[in-house]
Parts: sequence; C-alpha cells; structure tokens
Amino acid sequence: MLEDKDRIFQNLYNDFGADLTSAKQRGDWKDTKEICGKGREWIINEIKASELRGRGGAGFPTGLKWSFAPKEVGSRPHYLVINADESEPGTCKDRDILRFEPHKLIEGCLIASYAVNAHKCYIYIRGEYFNEGQKLQTAIDEAYKDGLLGKNSAGTDWELDIYIHYGAGAYICGEETALLESIEGKKGQPRLKPPFPALIGLYGCPTIINNVETISVVPTILRRGGKWFSSLGRPKNTGSKIYCISGNVNNPCNVEEEMGIPLKELIEKHAGGVIGGWENLKAVIPGGSSMPLLPKETCETIKMDFDACVENKTGLGTAGIVVINKDQDIIKCMARIARFYKHESCGQCTPCREGSGWMWRMLERMAKGEATRDEVDMLLDVTKQIEGHTICAFGEGSSWPVQGLIRNFKDEIIERNKFDPIVKKQKDIPYLVDQHLLEKENA
Amino acid sequence: MLKLKVNDIDVEVEEGTTVLQACEQAGAEIPRFCYHEKLSIAGNCRMCLVEMEKSPKPIASCAMPAAEGMVLKTNTEKVKKARKGVMEFLLANHPLDCPVCDQGGECDLQDQSMYYGIDKSRFKENKRYVPEKYMGPLIKTQMTRCIHCTRCIRFATEVAGVPELGAIGRGENMQITTYLEKAMESELSANVIDLCPVGALTSKPYVFEARPWELKKTETIDVMDAVGSNIRVDTYGWEVKRVLPRINEEINEEWISDKTRYACDGLKNQRLDTPYVKINSKLKPSSWDEAFKVVSERISITKSEKIAGFIGDMTNMETTYAAKDFFEKTIKSENLESRYEKLYINTNVRSNYLFNSSIEGIEKSDLIILIGTNPRFEATILNSRIRKNYLKNKTEIISLGDVGDLTYPYQVISNYTDTIKDIIDNKHEISEKIKKKKYPSIIFGQSVLKLKSAPYIFEEFKKYLLENNKISDDWNALNILSKNSSTVGSYDLNVLSKNSSYEIFNKLENNNFEILILFGQDNLNFEKKNEFIIYIGSHGDKGASIADVILPGATYTEQDGYFTNLEGKLQKAYKASYPPGEAKEDWQIINELSSFIKRKNLYKDKNQLIDSLINYLNLNNKNETDFEVPEYNFKSEKIITEEIDYYHSNVIARASKTMSECKNIRMSLPKTGTDN
Repeated sequence: MLEDKDRIFQNLYNDFGADLTSAKQRGDWKDTKEICGKGREWIINEIKASELRGRGGAGFPTGLKWSFAPKEVGSRPHYLVINADESEPGTCKDRDILRFEPHKLIEGCLIASYAVNAHKCYIYIRGEYFNEGQKLQTAIDEAYKDGLLGKNSAGTDWELDIYIHYGAGAYICGEETALLESIEGKKGQPRLKPPFPALIGLYGCPTIINNVETISVVPTILRRGGKWFSSLGRPKNTGSKIYCISGNVNNPCNVEEEMGIPLKELIEKHAGGVIGGWENLKAVIPGGSSMPLLPKETCETIKMDFDACVENKTGLGTAGIVVINKDQDIIKCMARIARFYKHESCGQCTPCREGSGWMWRMLERMAKGEATRDEVDMLLDVTKQIEGHTICAFGEGSSWPVQGLIRNFKDEIIERNKFDPIVKKQKDIPYLVDQHLLEKENA
Repeated sequence: MLKLKVNDIDVEVEEGTTVLQACEQAGAEIPRFCYHEKLSIAGNCRMCLVEMEKSPKPIASCAMPAAEGMVLKTNTEKVKKARKGVMEFLLANHPLDCPVCDQGGECDLQDQSMYYGIDKSRFKENKRYVPEKYMGPLIKTQMTRCIHCTRCIRFATEVAGVPELGAIGRGENMQITTYLEKAMESELSANVIDLCPVGALTSKPYVFEARPWELKKTETIDVMDAVGSNIRVDTYGWEVKRVLPRINEEINEEWISDKTRYACDGLKNQRLDTPYVKINSKLKPSSWDEAFKVVSERISITKSEKIAGFIGDMTNMETTYAAKDFFEKTIKSENLESRYEKLYINTNVRSNYLFNSSIEGIEKSDLIILIGTNPRFEATILNSRIRKNYLKNKTEIISLGDVGDLTYPYQVISNYTDTIKDIIDNKHEISEKIKKKKYPSIIFGQSVLKLKSAPYIFEEFKKYLLENNKISDDWNALNILSKNSSTVGSYDLNVLSKNSSYEIFNKLENNNFEILILFGQDNLNFEKKNEFIIYIGSHGDKGASIADVILPGATYTEQDGYFTNLEGKLQKAYKASYPPGEAKEDWQIINELSSFIKRKNLYKDKNQLIDSLINYLNLNNKNETDFEVPEYNFKSEKIITEEIDYYHSNVIARASKTMSECKNIRMSLPKTGTDN
C-alpha cells in the first residue's frame, strides 16, 4: 500500500484547493527552472530511468516516446498535445486531475514541451468536461499571470503557450491521430500509421501526444528522481497510478495506489467491498470498458499492473475498474458495452463499421435468449475478424470485451440460447429458421 | 532500389512505392476497393491486408510504404481468412440487388466476392437502409449499396477541386452526401461513377439502358474540345449508349469531362437523316441525286471566287482534306477557311499554333500565365492538370483578368493589353518571374487572338520568350489553347484562306459571296442575304436553319477520322455506329458532289484519301509556308475572355437533353457571397 508521502496527487479529493497558492504549498512549480536547467538529455534519461509507462491505456514507455521527437527543430515546429479526451467508460482519473491538480499538468506541460522542443501545447479536452476545462483555463490564466507560462516560462527562458481545445463528444477522438485530425478541424477519424505523429503529426509537424496523468506525474518524478519512482511497483510496471473503481461497489472512488496492488485489496479496502459481499462478485472489467473482463477466480489473485493483466488475457488500460456483481445480467452488460462501441465507431474502415453493429445486435439477441447455439462461436469468429484488421485500436477495443465474455461465460450464454435452427417447431423467430427446411416439412 | 521478398519471390522496387505495388510487381494480385492510383491513400476498405514478417497484425498493403528487407506473404491462410472477413463485413449491409443494379457485370464487389468471399452469409440481422441523395442530373445514387471507400470524396476534393462531397455521421450511420443535396458544381463530376467500385453512384442518363456485356465497345477519340480525350464508345445496335474514359497518361489520364461523357444522347436527337432542298422558301426532303443536282447546277453557274467554304468545329481531317481538294481541284476557289472568326494565326512554324508545353508537361511548369482564356471550360482536362500541378508544387498561376473559379487560386492582374506590353518591355514584375523560372507556360486563349493588337501581342511575346531562351528544344513556353477539336488539324492542312488574312470574313460580312458551303460550321457570325447556302452536317442547328440545301453527314462516332489535338498529337477516331437514315460519311458526300460537278471522283476510296492526307502532312512540315507577318501596331485594348456556354458549345451538346438539364441546373444555382 502506498504511503502518504509517496502520493503524487495530494489533492485528489480537493481537500486543499486547486489554486496556484495552495498548489505551490504542495510543492508544485518548485525548482522548475533548475529541472529544465539540467537539459533535455537529463530529463528524458530520468523519465526513461523511472520506467514511466503511458497512463492513457496502451502503456507505451514515455521516455522512449519523447526520444522519438527529432533532436533539432527543423523547418517545422514541434508540438506537444495533451490527450484529455477521457471517454473510456469507467474511467474518470483525468477529470480529477483537471479539476483539482491542474498545476501539476501545466508544470508537466512546460517540462515536456521543453524536453521535446515544443513552443506550443494543445490540451484536447472532451466537450463534456466543460466545467473542468474552465477550471483548467483559470489555472492557466493564473500561471500566465505569475509568469509561469508565456515568453519566459517560470524563469526557464523557454517560451510556451498552452491552448485548450474542446472536443465535440466523440470517443474516437481519444485515439491520438483522430485527436490530431479533430484539432485541425477535420472529422475525427484516425490516420494511417506509419507515419507516426512523432515525425508527422499535428499540421504535418512532429508531435508528441501524452495522456493527462502521464504528464502530471512528470514534475514529481523529476523532483524526487527517477529512482524513487521506479522503486514503487515492480520492474517495467513502476510508480503509482490512479485507479477508478466503479460499478457494484459500496464506495466508488478514485484512488492513487502503487502499481501492482492486488485487485481484491483495491476493491475491499478503498471501494468498501462488493455490494452483497465478495462472494456476490461476478466479474471485473479491470481497465475501462474496452478490456476483457476477469472472472471472480482471477480477481482473487490478480495484481493490477500492465504485465500481470496481459498474463491474464486482459489489459490494465486506463485502470478504470468496473465491478459487476451477480445481481447483473453479464450478457446484457456486454451488450450495452457493444452498443456503446457501435455508436462510437468512426465509420472509416470496414471491419469496425460493419462489425461493431453486428456484434451488438447478436449480443442483444443473446441477452434475450433469441440467438442460436452455434451463433456463439460465430460471434467469437466475428470478433476475431475485427481484431487487428482495423486502422486504429478501436477494433480491438470493441471486440475484446465480447471475447472476454465468451471466454469466461460461454456456458451461461449457451444455457440461455439453446435454440437450434434445425428444431423445426420453433417458428416464432422466422428469420432464424432455415425456411427451406420448414417448407419441406409443410409439404 | 529496395529489395523485398513477396511469397518467396525476390523483387526490387523503387523507393516510395507501396507494399501493394511491390506485391503486384511480384505477380501477387491484391484485392482492393478504396485504393486508386490517381487518388490519395485512404486505407479504409481493409481488403488489401497482407502478412508481414515480424508484424503481429496483417498490414494494409496500400498504405504501407515498402522498406528494405520486408518479407511479405499474400497467400497464407491468415490472409485468406482476413479477406473473407472483410468481404463478409462489406456484404453484411450491402443489398443483394445485383439483378437490378446497373453496376452488375462491371462491379468490383461482385468480382472480388467471387474470388475472395464466401458463398454464404452469416449475417441474419436486418440490413441497413440509407436514403437516396440527390447529386444532380448525371449521377444516380443508391446509397444503400455504398461501401464507404471514399473514392468519390477524394476525387471531388483532390482532382475536381470542388469539396462538395463528404461523409456525415459516424459508424454504421456514415453517409456520403453533397451536404446540401445539390448537383456537383464540377465539369468532371461524372468520373465518380467510374470510380465507384459498387453501384452506389451510377449513371443517371444510362439507367437501366443496357448490360455491359451486351454492348459493342469501340475505342476512339473525343471531339468535344481540343484536348482529344481517349474514350470508349459503347453501342447497342445503332445507338451510342454511353461514353467511358480510356487511360492515356499523356492526355486525359483516367478522367473525361461531363460533356464528353454525356453529350452522346445528342447523337440521337435533331439528326439530319435525309437531304433537304429549299423549294419556295421551305425545306423539303429530297433524294441525294436531286440535292446533288441542285447544288452542282448552282455551282456551275457561279464564278469560283464567289464561292466560299467553312470548316466546322468537329470536322475530322479527312473531311477537311477532301474539302480542300474539292475547293482546289473541283471548284478552283481559294476561299476555304477553317476559322470562324478573325483570329490571328501565324502558320510559319507549327509550334505557333500548338500547346507546346504539352498537356503532360504542364505538370512540371513552375509559372503559368493565362492570357484571355478560361481553361476550366475551354479544356477541362487540361485544367485538372494545372490543378494537379498547383496541388503538388503550389505553382504560381497568374491570369489577366478575373475568369471566375478555376478550382485553384490564381493571381489576377490588369486585363489590358498594356500589361502585356509592360511585360515585354521588362517593366512589369512578371517579366522578372518569367526570366527566373525554368519552365514557365504562357497560355494564350482564342480571345486574345481575335483582338486588333493580336499580331503585336503574339509576335512580340514570342520574340521576348525567344530572347530569354524560353523557347528551346527543351521547353517551349508559348502555348495556344485551341477550343475546337478540328482547329489544329485544319491548320496542319493549311486550310486558311489567303495568307490567314481576314479578307474572307470581310467579304462574308459584306455579303460578297454567292455560294457558301458549310462543312458542319454552325458558328459563323453573319447575316444571310442572297447567299445560296449548302450545309453538310449532322444536326439540324443554326447552319441547317439558314441552308438552302442540306446534305446529311455523320458525327464523330459514325465515321473513322483523324483529329489532331491541341498539343499536335494525331489520333484516330473509330467508327462505332452508322449514320442515321440516308446520311452518309462526310468525305463521301464531298466525293460524290465532286463527281456530279466534274463527272470525276476525287478519290477512288477512303484509303486513297487517307494516303493522300498522310502524304500531305508528311510533306508539309510547315517551314515553307508563304505566310508573311503583317505590319502591326500596339493598341491598348481590354482582353475580355469570351464566356463559353460550356454545356451547349457544339451541335451535339446542344441536341443533348442531358446537357440542357445540366445547363439549367447550373444557371439556377443560387449565387453565393463568394461569387464575385
């Protein structure tokens, strides 16, 4: 369990106020000049040493990402883009950072911009986070007033301007290249990779895109040293992380914890336990709705970090833990998630556009018990055809939850959908029955 | 060069090629829907997935640049399964209405599902329905069939330069639309029909007309403008059903203009199918013999210098040559003219009336100056090349006078001839630009050549370019943009009366001629008084309405014929169908008329005519014409670019219902704030 002194986000519950004065009391903006004075190489190496992995879902090493940016600024300027389009169902960590710890983010922006040679930083906030955006804007204004941003930001001699860009409420704009398209004023559709944004990104210029949480922890890491950060958790899964626990728990909450904390401890200690007791637990989605769910047996033992989740055929994702107890209809839950993905598919590439709707409709029928037995295998096949065949990771995001369901609760689905098309008596669902067989029977 | 391995076959490809092209080089066929050579890469159909070593996921080969040492597999089970999956998704919401779909038989989706798909559908849900979208009189939509490849969107924004097509909605509800449900305001709009891999966008005038396998296909040349686009004419029996583009990278790439494609229904309307003779001021049908008799009697009693002939805008070179022979040998008159108004043409060198930078060459031009021309309407395909150049190089384009939207931005400068004088005298800022640039193109439209100071402008500008070394074997900056398909061919045959002077037009205006023979010429500007007019042509238009004798001829699809396009390329149009009724091929009419007058044929058969024609072209290399540059003076004038009635610019287009519809829609479009 994380000790209080190791907590990065001291004000996660807004006990002290989000304004600049109280932020400074908590240690923000301390020695920013000295940190930047140590040079780009040092910053990037320190982040590499901390083994910080991106907190947006994919877990890409941040130091490595920064080192992809061209070392020298060529004819095109560099950009830093902060992804605050937090739309993953079950995730609300960035929101509290934007509300209560905006100065951690702004300071992180300054350091990161300095490290990747960017003079302009865009923060892309989802349109629904309007109030949070306003609070962030207030914090940015405060920082400008205090000389922490602008021509000579915080005395570092580095010019930085931060702009907030509001999204219009599309999940797909959280995908980094779709986000860039959206900032450019185009339709939010992911771009083809390669080229990667680090070389050709916003307006065709080198661009580094990071999640809010990733950037917000950077100043603290640099102040306390990469070694300290990497001492938390286990190798390659270091540091602390904000976990968002929601669903059928007594006390849904955001909590900052060490990486690799057991899932059971998170639920029992911080979220007040599962409604109806641990025995009433059915499944847990560990990393936001796009990750495959875990059955109860795995939940007993699993430790919450990137690699442990992958070992258990799921992913840490955004660490948005959704607890589902036995009062819920698990198939219906997954049908609802599939509907979300059907609604949010951008429609650019074929498998996701056509497949997400297909999966949702099948799951709806399965929830009602109107599907046939062999359709369960077919559904799995359809998810496999979407996965990996799309432009962006949305294909995986929409098919993994369904795969998780079939992997762990196949028996339950088959139990409910015993319907067999060859059984000729069931004529009330005509489109499922092979009509030719019926006609022969009548003749 | 990069070395790759495709299915264990080693290939070497140039840098910058895609994996898809590399696979094709290795002989592996890659199915695709969204990929198109001439458009940007979208990578969204996912049909072209191939396996790459060290990549956990299959990659979209159309979007992946080839790299050294790649190992690719296109025939593994994994790839086959991926293709089947994508095919199933594409067909999931695609209606199974192939029997009533116009695309049937030439549908990419049909063909590829045969090769790469599965025979049975597992999709049991209800299919999606998408409301129809109005896209003008040329494009019929059936958006339920759309597979969202976005080729049409990319074409409209990139090639046509009218960002009027786009996709709204997302996911399953994504729809391709013109946003406001209006006709596409482009002269290239109908190319989206060819681009559409399914039957979502089909041809409206051709709807339910025929199946592709029923049609006879003739590869020929277009005559609607001077570009000479390569086309394929599809005929069903006598009728021309449709016109499609043929790939010619030097001329039209893969595109043709809407007029080229859809004026073909004008081949059925307003046709002259039998000879007419005017009796008591009324045109009465007659037999060929009767008509020939009337004509030959009239000609034999008239002095030869009182007879004049005019070649039309779509007349092929055989007819022009036969007319030339007819005037020289049969009538012995010098009054045969291929211009229709007073244009200054210096025929000393062939390059004086050609588009010397060439259509393909304009792509590498680094400065384009338009003088008295609107290439969008005068040569649509050429305009798309200029746009392509602009998109690629951000080339500076300058026009004398505002000529409206050209689909690319251009700088407008004063449209007085003084500007040209300043440029020639090195007083204008453009003079410096011309000198500095390596490949400048100066494009003169016909509107300049008819000015009083045309000789000054042309000769002095040419001199200026020669002095600055812009006319060389390497690059010729001097371009004349002819409007009509017959123009350059006629100049090559030297069909210009008396040293290209304006004498014939003055005589015409003063009604000095007694007999006028119009070889498909409908654009002459004069008032008829006592002239006896013989019209040889295909359509009952202006020329026929003033005629005393009408001899029905054939159109470009009904006879073999040579045409020289504006850059001087000799191309042959082939016969796709037959002239209607009693009508004959044009050269035949002249030949028979000659035999009526002189009791002797001009030619034994068409081969003799063609031999003679080619012989003439070879001998007459244009260096020894007796053209003398007249004395000229500078005159300050305004260069007014003549507005073209694009959809009604020739007799075939005027007879076409589709073109009239297009014109009406274009005229009724509300003007927006940005239209001047």
